[in-house]
Amino acid sequence: MYSILREFADSWVLLLMFLFFVGVFVWVFRPGSKKVHSDTADIPFRHEDSPLADAPQNAQNKEA
Amino acid sequence: MWDYLKLIVLALVTVLAAIAANYARDFAYQVHAILVMLVAGGLFLWSVRKTGDPKPPTPTGYMDGVIRAGAIATVFWGVVGFLVGTFIAFQLAFPVLNFDWAQGYANFGRLRPLHTSAVIFAFGGNALICTSFYVVQRTSAARLWGGNLAWFVFWGYNLFIVLAATGYLLGATQSKEYAEPEWYVDIWLTIVWVAYLVVYLGTIMNRKEKHIYVANWFYLGFIVTVAMLHIVNNLSLPVSIFGSRSVQLFAGVQDAMTQWWYGHNAVGFFLTAGFLGMMYYFVPKQAERPVYSYKLSIIHFWALIFLYIWAGPHHLHYTALPEWASTLGMVFSVILWMPSWGGMINGLMTLQGAWDKLRTDPIIRMMVVSIGFYGMSTFEGPMMSIKAVNSLSHYTDWTIGHVHSGALGWNGMITFGALYYLFPKLWNKTGLYSLKLVNWHFWLATIGIVLYAASMWVTGIMEGLMWREVDAQGFLVNAFADTLGPKFPMLVVRGLGGVLFLVGSLIMAYNLWMTVAKGEPKPAAAMAPAE
Repeated sequence: MYSILREFADSWVLLLMFLFFVGVFVWVFRPGSKKVHSDTADIPFRHEDSPLADAPQNAQNKEA
Repeated sequence: MWDYLKLIVLALVTVLAAIAANYARDFAYQVHAILVMLVAGGLFLWSVRKTGDPKPPTPTGYMDGVIRAGAIATVFWGVVGFLVGTFIAFQLAFPVLNFDWAQGYANFGRLRPLHTSAVIFAFGGNALICTSFYVVQRTSAARLWGGNLAWFVFWGYNLFIVLAATGYLLGATQSKEYAEPEWYVDIWLTIVWVAYLVVYLGTIMNRKEKHIYVANWFYLGFIVTVAMLHIVNNLSLPVSIFGSRSVQLFAGVQDAMTQWWYGHNAVGFFLTAGFLGMMYYFVPKQAERPVYSYKLSIIHFWALIFLYIWAGPHHLHYTALPEWASTLGMVFSVILWMPSWGGMINGLMTLQGAWDKLRTDPIIRMMVVSIGFYGMSTFEGPMMSIKAVNSLSHYTDWTIGHVHSGALGWNGMITFGALYYLFPKLWNKTGLYSLKLVNWHFWLATIGIVLYAASMWVTGIMEGLMWREVDAQGFLVNAFADTLGPKFPMLVVRGLGGVLFLVGSLIMAYNLWMTVAKGEPKPAAAMAPAE
């Protein structure tokens, strides 16, 4: 059992993990990611005091 | 229905703990059983009194009570941990401090795990839990999921710490570094940790933001990996269910490798990934600008978790561990330098255009110094993992110095920064009681760390050189005891560094206390319109 798992880990799993790892870099630098990233980077500055659902008076500003 | 079920469970636990205390085979187990009995019994009475009360309306808004409790616990355990650390530093310099009347309870061997667990798991752990609860709510725009489950996580975790700490003093230990608690304490921590993961994931699933902010990725990586490490490294069989002793399932070099796979990833995921989550939220908030490069932060995350997990074998160079494993650990440790410095650059460059704040804001100064120490210790670590360097540095005080420049400099300072940020927010004050005192804390802590690290470099390298020195015939020149005399002045300097760091933390405790007690309350703003 150990040798079968070991064989598998040394070949396919190694390849898969490596491809995933390289894939992350490719995905991060894909065209058009800039807008998403700058929007995500601003998340900490949006909902300082209360959760979104609890502020109906701000509903019209949801996407502010 | 749930109320009655809870009462039955609590009553059962109380009775079973009383039986366990009666049959206990050792003193530590007995004390713990009594402790559990008292806690469960107390909770039972408290629940009985509240049963049948009309249910309060479901609260809305962010759940900050548990974060307030966590922030207080962080300060408390921090001061305790630094105090014990300073005391054992002087025990090493002046062995008479291992008092005869306290032999077996308060000598260095019993107090050291108390110190390490108090600072890493009590101070660091409470800081991670409370900041992660704060950050996940603010970046998901959602209240903590699971209601009072978050309170269970807080109290359950602190009960774990009390059980671990009292266990060390009374001699219940499985002798695995940073994993000393015995089997029943490990099981309890597993339950608490799963609850923590559930609260965290539930909140993220409820999020109102489309994307999961990067700080949450780091916190999640920390929670999931620590769960895995904790379970695998603590696979053991109790000798008796009425005693604290247990036997490890792994033996020999397998056990050693599992232990250091755990040990190094405790550093990598508890003390690095989790605290990076803190950095990626609190540094941008304090600098009032978004993180320098979001792309870099994603790469930082994936590279860190992909590489860190392989670095453990560098703790076992020149042992029974196979050569290839030790080389693998070394190579991955050196590669790890890159994502670490990428993260450091990302943190520091977040201040781009706001560097002037360094002059006026001691909190941001603390955060910057902490990132600086992160960079320094993630350079020193890979260097020490190289076999040739390790043959000199291993088993010496250099390692201790390295750990402390990381723990005091990086983890300590970023936590202090986060606490200074959080206290006014959580207690709704306009600001801290005194920025001047923050400045004092900053300088005392920084000078303390410098004294600590510098003295440990000197004594560590000296020790390493003395141990390996051979004469013309190839015999060793020095006995172990010969190194102790020359080390003495450095050990005293190290202790003094600890005193400075401890005094700084006391100043912080006073400052935060006064912020809560005397700080100017924020004017109840008429619901400010959203921007």
